Amino acid sequence: MPTSHQQTSAARLDVRKTYKLYIGGAFPRSESGRSYVVEDAKGGFLANASQASRKDARDAVVAARKAFGGWSTRTPYNRGQVVYRIAELLEGRREQFVDEVQRGEGVAKRAARSNVDASIDRLVWYAGWADKVAQVVGGTNPVAGPYFDFSIPEPTGVVAVVAPQDSSLLGLVSVLAPAIVTGNTVVVLTSYERPLPAITLSEVLATSDVPGGVVNVLTGSTSEVAPWLASHMDVNAIDLTGVIEPELAIELEVAAADNLKRVVRPDSETADWNADPGTGRLTRFLETKTVWHPIGI
Amino acid sequence: MAFEYAPAPESRAVVDLKSSYGLFINGDFVEGTGHPFKSVSPATEEVLAEISEASEADVDAAVKAARRAYTRTWSKMSGAERAKYLYRIARILQERSRELAVLESLDNGKPIRESRDVDVPLVAAYFFYYAGWADKLEYALPQSANGGTHPQPLGVAGQIIPWNFPLLMLAWKIAPALACGNTVVLKPAETTSLTALLFAEICQQADLPPGVVNIVTGAGETGRSLVGHPDVDKVAFTGSTEVGKAIARTVAGSNKKVTLELGGKAANIVFDDAPVDQAVEGIVNGIFFNQGHVCCAGSRLLVQESVYDDVLARLKRRMSTLRVGDPLDKNTDVGAINSSEQLAKIRELSQIGEDEGADRWSPTCDLPDRGFWFAPTIFTGVSQAHRIAREEIFGPVLSILTFRTPAEAVEKANNTPFGLSAGVWTDKGSRILWMANQLRAGVVWANTFNRFDPTSPFGGYKESGYGREGGRHGLEAYLAH
Amino acid sequence: MASPAALRRFLHGLPGVDQVGAEARTATLSTRSIKTTAKAWALDLATSMIDLTTLEGQDTPGKVRALCAKAQRPDPADQTCPAVAAICVYPDMVSTAKQALGHSGVHVASVATAFPSGRSSLDIKLQDTRDAVAAGADEIDMVIDRGAFLAGDFTRVYDEIMAVKQACGSAHLKVIMETGELVTYDNVRRASWLSMLAGADFIKTSTGKIQPAATMPVTLIMLEAVRDFREATGRMIGVKPAGGISTAKDAIKYLVMVNETAGEDWLSPEWFRFGASRLLNDLLMQRAKLTTGRYSGPDYFTLD
Repeated sequence: MPTSHQQTSAARLDVRKTYKLYIGGAFPRSESGRSYVVEDAKGGFLANASQASRKDARDAVVAARKAFGGWSTRTPYNRGQVVYRIAELLEGRREQFVDEVQRGEGVAKRAARSNVDASIDRLVWYAGWADKVAQVVGGTNPVAGPYFDFSIPEPTGVVAVVAPQDSSLLGLVSVLAPAIVTGNTVVVLTSYERPLPAITLSEVLATSDVPGGVVNVLTGSTSEVAPWLASHMDVNAIDLTGVIEPELAIELEVAAADNLKRVVRPDSETADWNADPGTGRLTRFLETKTVWHPIGI
Repeated sequence: MAFEYAPAPESRAVVDLKSSYGLFINGDFVEGTGHPFKSVSPATEEVLAEISEASEADVDAAVKAARRAYTRTWSKMSGAERAKYLYRIARILQERSRELAVLESLDNGKPIRESRDVDVPLVAAYFFYYAGWADKLEYALPQSANGGTHPQPLGVAGQIIPWNFPLLMLAWKIAPALACGNTVVLKPAETTSLTALLFAEICQQADLPPGVVNIVTGAGETGRSLVGHPDVDKVAFTGSTEVGKAIARTVAGSNKKVTLELGGKAANIVFDDAPVDQAVEGIVNGIFFNQGHVCCAGSRLLVQESVYDDVLARLKRRMSTLRVGDPLDKNTDVGAINSSEQLAKIRELSQIGEDEGADRWSPTCDLPDRGFWFAPTIFTGVSQAHRIAREEIFGPVLSILTFRTPAEAVEKANNTPFGLSAGVWTDKGSRILWMANQLRAGVVWANTFNRFDPTSPFGGYKESGYGREGGRHGLEAYLAH
Repeated sequence: MASPAALRRFLHGLPGVDQVGAEARTATLSTRSIKTTAKAWALDLATSMIDLTTLEGQDTPGKVRALCAKAQRPDPADQTCPAVAAICVYPDMVSTAKQALGHSGVHVASVATAFPSGRSSLDIKLQDTRDAVAAGADEIDMVIDRGAFLAGDFTRVYDEIMAVKQACGSAHLKVIMETGELVTYDNVRRASWLSMLAGADFIKTSTGKIQPAATMPVTLIMLEAVRDFREATGRMIGVKPAGGISTAKDAIKYLVMVNETAGEDWLSPEWFRFGASRLLNDLLMQRAKLTTGRYSGPDYFTLD
């Protein structure tokens, strides 16, 4: 009717975004049907996020495992390009990320912008590592015998990542990129209070060349979901960077021992995500494989 | 005409056995305050010596000595000087190689041919190799891995080693730790303490500063004290996956760095185009080397079905020439099982293999009446579902399975929670590389098996542990970065 | 054997040999420690397996007769010392050797087929063989055409061995592969099978004129071949390493290798020989050491 039409054009009702999980390349709601309120730094309503359950974690691990074979056997050159493509797409959505970082982290626009820029640059930096890390950490071993012997890094497998709680984009990218660029697949549990950049990032990933399942994004409670990831026997490694309660970190490390997951302990001090990351995180989820073959005629 | 090899025993005279041994703390041998235990020769059950048990207080004293040596001496010494100590130790190890080999065979039960030709030469080689690293550590890690600063040692390393390669595992642990500037407290396995204590004497002979190397003898309780000690910065363990997991739980939440080198159930994969005689040697070496007491043993043989009969016949014929018996006889190929406990475990799992319907075969061989012995054994008709195809037996027992295609071989090889090693036998180069790529294992031996070298990183995937020993990679476990 | 293609397919279908693995195996076998009674037994066995050889341009009847005397009674001071298996000479020396050896039981082996290069026509090779056999040779040591083998003309090599075998009549045929010229162990395995299929009674490593001559790994490959050939055909073939085995210690290593590879059936002069000249005196010296308990010296053994 003409009257109502006039009303809406006067004050348009905005279309709110539904923030969902990202599992196996799809965006499901939590199977539990739960969601939680995400607030901005001042306590104002930002959005509703899905509250992942143990079953969502389970599904995410299955998706990550399924994707591992394909992703880990891509050529490093290709993985580098795929990660670089994430940076390209992030650049295109720069303003959206700046907005989310600004509101979520309560920082000035300028700081948020520099944070997003640093995130994009970090992705570019890690993208370049894809086909170089093997030359830095691998090589031939001059054994005392008629054998050709070489060591190469290979991805550890499925990595569970508890993303930093504070740095919702740069911190996230800094833990995620080194894991995937080396060929691992990841289940990332985002910052509980600041999950929005991670969810938007998953939308970027969905439209990028990253195959479904390589990165799976869960939003929700660390203390509820992380123990299921830590004890999951098909998870090969766990990054506890975002676990802030020491007791929980110990509990998770103990659980991780059940199948001898490689564990990255939470940093004892607040990490400076702007610092040069070095190769540390790049090699945390790499296994060294040594191959021998006789040399003869 | 039968060629009967007359006994050719290596002389024991070179070894000077004491009736009892103390702990080696701060450069001196001291009485332990725990309950002493006996070390027996597994080949004869003869009591070789009484060994001190390190109590929690003794372990504490050892860690304190190591800390003191670390703070006052070892961490302050230049890399070049540390290197010279390690070179000196390496040379003494070579000079006393016969003594070390005989003692190792006596205490462990392994054939003298192996201790003489494999273990002890490798022990010296590891010390030589890591000696050379001590003054070159700034080249060991990617520049930015530690923010571009000079790599720093971790501090005091608590090291626990198994009984299968007592001296060699000691070398794998102590050489890189010392090269990087750490000091160590090492616990040998309770059934094989003697060569570690002889190594302690060698440290004295080399004038190594007191406290840099400390040896605490004892069993699991001593090990727990060491792992749990608050002033230990680094834990290095080689042994069972079960204990490895317990250690990982113990150190949770601490700042201790950990490397674990644990169990395995390696697939040794033989394709139809394999160099078959060498493959058979590789199978034999893979599972009967050191009585199968090898974490990376090729304990699951996967044979392509099309050559199964031929390979099996050749394997059986070859096994019939294995000489089982006196470890000190120079012609012995397979020695004694290290302990009655281990023998019981091997027997139990073999019985389970039979009960589950696998066919058991051993060549005829006369086993000595006394001591702990188990004939080289193979099981055929084994499937992935059998316990003997899944569990580490850690003895001279081989489970034989078949496969049809390379993909099936990979699938079966990887179908295990372990991932330490694997073997591939084929004459086709591209297939070797494809297999090497697909196998989820830390070491892949192609057309060879059970080769070790100080320059070559060794360690597992999955539940076979983490961290690498050997090569440049081996330094990473002992440096802060 | 049917067509050249089938022969090639068969030989190339034999399992490959990994050089490093084969050499590692012989290195391990070399660590066997053979002492006391086992050593005494092995020394006598090795002595009885020797093809005592002289293959020189300067060979004379006098030299050959002296060698024959030594062959029958290697240690004049010790009656218990066994005779060697055979004397190995050029065809023109066969009758001299035959005369000198009489009915001693020591065989006369003759090299033939344009030894050592084999570079002559088939007719001449066959005539060479017939001459030796006519002069009384019990065994013929022929050389294969290595050029043809390396050129891939297996059929030519095969046919030539067949023809020589026929020319041998009742004499035993040893086929010299000259492994030093075949170079790879894969080739040694193929040449072994080719020779056995063509009718060789023995396969032999070398002429002694080319380095390397006999080696442990080459002999290992040949022992595996005769072992597998018997498995496949039921026929037993002998093995003769020749050249370069000059010490008792080495000879015993070979015997250990025979024992643990082909098996004890081959531990007799009928199935295993050493082509050697210097080896005999070292065996005799070691023998004397075992019986007397002291080390002997070369002056106490004859030079022939």
